[in-house]
Amino acid sequence: MENLIEFNNISKFFGSVIALKDVTMHVKKGQIMCLLGDNGAGKSTLIKTLSGVHKPNEGEIIVEGKKTVFDSPRDALDMGIATVYQDLALVSLMSVTRNFFMGREPMKGFGPFKTFDVKKANSIASERMGQIGIDIRDPSQAVGTMSGGERQCLAISRAIYFGAKVLILDEPTSALGVHQASVVLKYIVKAASLGLGVILITHNVHHAYPVGNSFTILNRGKSMGTFDKKDLSREKLLSMMAGGEELDKLEVELKEIDRASKN
Amino acid sequence: MSIKSKSIQDKSKDERLRKVSNLKVLLNRPELGALGGSILVFIFFGIVAGDTGMFSAYGTINFLEVSANLGIIAVAAALLMIGGEFDLSVGSMIGFAGICIAIPAIYWGWPLWSSILFAFSMAVLVGYANGILVVRTGLPSFIVTLAMLFILRGATLALTRLITGRTQVPGLRVLIENDPIAWIFSADAFKGVFTWLGSLGLISLRQDGTPLATGVPASVLWWIGMTIFATWLLMKTRYGNWIFASGGDKLGARNVGVPVGRVKISLFIGTAVAATIYACVQVLDAGSADTMRGFLKELEAIVAAVVGGCLLTGGYGSAIGAAFGALIFGTVSMGIYYTDVDTDWFKVFLGGMMLIAVIFNNFIRRRVTENK
Ligand SMILES: Nc1ncnc2c1ncn2[C@@H]1O[C@H](COP(=O)(O)OP(=O)(O)OP(=O)(O)O)[C@@H](O)[C@H]1O
Ligand SMILES: [Mg+2]
Repeated sequence: MENLIEFNNISKFFGSVIALKDVTMHVKKGQIMCLLGDNGAGKSTLIKTLSGVHKPNEGEIIVEGKKTVFDSPRDALDMGIATVYQDLALVSLMSVTRNFFMGREPMKGFGPFKTFDVKKANSIASERMGQIGIDIRDPSQAVGTMSGGERQCLAISRAIYFGAKVLILDEPTSALGVHQASVVLKYIVKAASLGLGVILITHNVHHAYPVGNSFTILNRGKSMGTFDKKDLSREKLLSMMAGGEELDKLEVELKEIDRASKN
Repeated sequence: MSIKSKSIQDKSKDERLRKVSNLKVLLNRPELGALGGSILVFIFFGIVAGDTGMFSAYGTINFLEVSANLGIIAVAAALLMIGGEFDLSVGSMIGFAGICIAIPAIYWGWPLWSSILFAFSMAVLVGYANGILVVRTGLPSFIVTLAMLFILRGATLALTRLITGRTQVPGLRVLIENDPIAWIFSADAFKGVFTWLGSLGLISLRQDGTPLATGVPASVLWWIGMTIFATWLLMKTRYGNWIFASGGDKLGARNVGVPVGRVKISLFIGTAVAATIYACVQVLDAGSADTMRGFLKELEAIVAAVVGGCLLTGGYGSAIGAAFGALIFGTVSMGIYYTDVDTDWFKVFLGGMMLIAVIFNNFIRRRVTENK
């Protein structure tokens, strides 16, 4: 199958800091690529270069076979690359609806009298959130009042609604409890089954292993290689990550989730 | 693309948002404090000064006019504050715009309308300069516009003295008469109604039989019009959503495609243009420009916006609130003359009110954003 997005030999420097060096990764349709690595390994930097926040100093980005340069996050969005950042890019003082449509508000009316169609926006936001099991009774409620998992789901469903082809998720489960993390992971698997390419960033092997198809491991700005799931046992993955602890119970639960979401 | 996942839907009912009553929604509105404050102020003066003429047609027009002048700049300052920035150069811009109107009209023989347009184009330039400096350097707007405050006031004084040899430029009144656009800023509206009310004996008259209050001043209409326009912008347009987003979290907003820089620059242009509207009203009313005009108005505008529910940190507030903030300001500053209280106490009141407003706003923000 053709690669949805490729990046070849990407390097990124911040002054004297080498944040990334010669990182290569390919993602296909329906694939969940997990990007793993310790704190400061360069995961966030890598996806920021992919989503137009940073420009790479070296290397090339190829989207659906075409070499591409992103000048701004908007460029990447327009190419169908949607990123859910570690900080989610949600404004907690603003309502669910206003956040959902931030930057892409539905409009009605003509010419200079075009207005933000709040009614339509409210109903779409409620409907979309309802589909992932979050019942928004009042879409004008501030996002600041939502739980971490609900915010994560809001950010993901916003990305999918706006026609993402590649969905990049930076540590979507890091701040969540087991239950909420499983809700988010299920949603990610669902998104991939619809044909999106997913890049999932985490440093939690127990979240990554059950849902991922391929694994790329970053260490101090360099890629230690990409591995298919069949070539890589969970133990091996754990040992490649520094300090992998045993969390068997969680592992079992996540396997169940995996099974449940695949049928 | 659509996602249907029934199985998930059933499981997570326990994470629902709870239902919020309409009363609570109202309590969370930013303008609530200023609205309540205005009502309190009117009750207070109704009791203390109800029989003094403060609420006669003439008295009402008087305090409305003061409120309106401040309201014009407060509404623009509120939009900017919601967008996450301050403009401390508003007061100086008022003085600068005043001489941009007066000097070309009096000394260079320009038609008045062209010097008014000249003042507005200078305002766009100053606002753009403020905006681009803040956006490009990433410096706090507090510092950038503080610098602009001094630059503009200094330039106003120096240029006026250089060209005219003094610090005031009188003599505009004769030019207003036949000017095609000056009436926009100086005419009284609803004159007929006031004359009619006077003829019925409902409002007090001068010796010559014309009513004491001749009509609704243009500034009051500007104030109301700008408040409605700004509220429409904030609540009903895409640009309004971008203002909230830029002030609420500028990185987040930029990451989802909001042109944060453009939004902020346009808001700075907005405050400078509002200052120029203020200047037009004042200069055409007084018939002269004064280099010190607008002194400290930037702070009064910020007080009005904060009392109106704007958060100093951005991302939250309302234009209606700022308009009410200006109304409180105008009503008290005029009303105090009708009471036995020494007018020196006005500033004490102003500071106290601001403190109460900030504490109240902080409380509201916690209610709105905290995960309960
Ligand atoms: N704007 C920047 N300027 C300078 N250095 C930076 C910048 N952004 C990131 N770095 C550095 O690049 C390295 C990689 O950072 P990055 O945020 O990508 O790590 P990460 O893998 O996402 O870590 P975490 O798991 O903690 O999120 C770090 O050493 C960081 O200090
Ligand atoms: Mg990171």
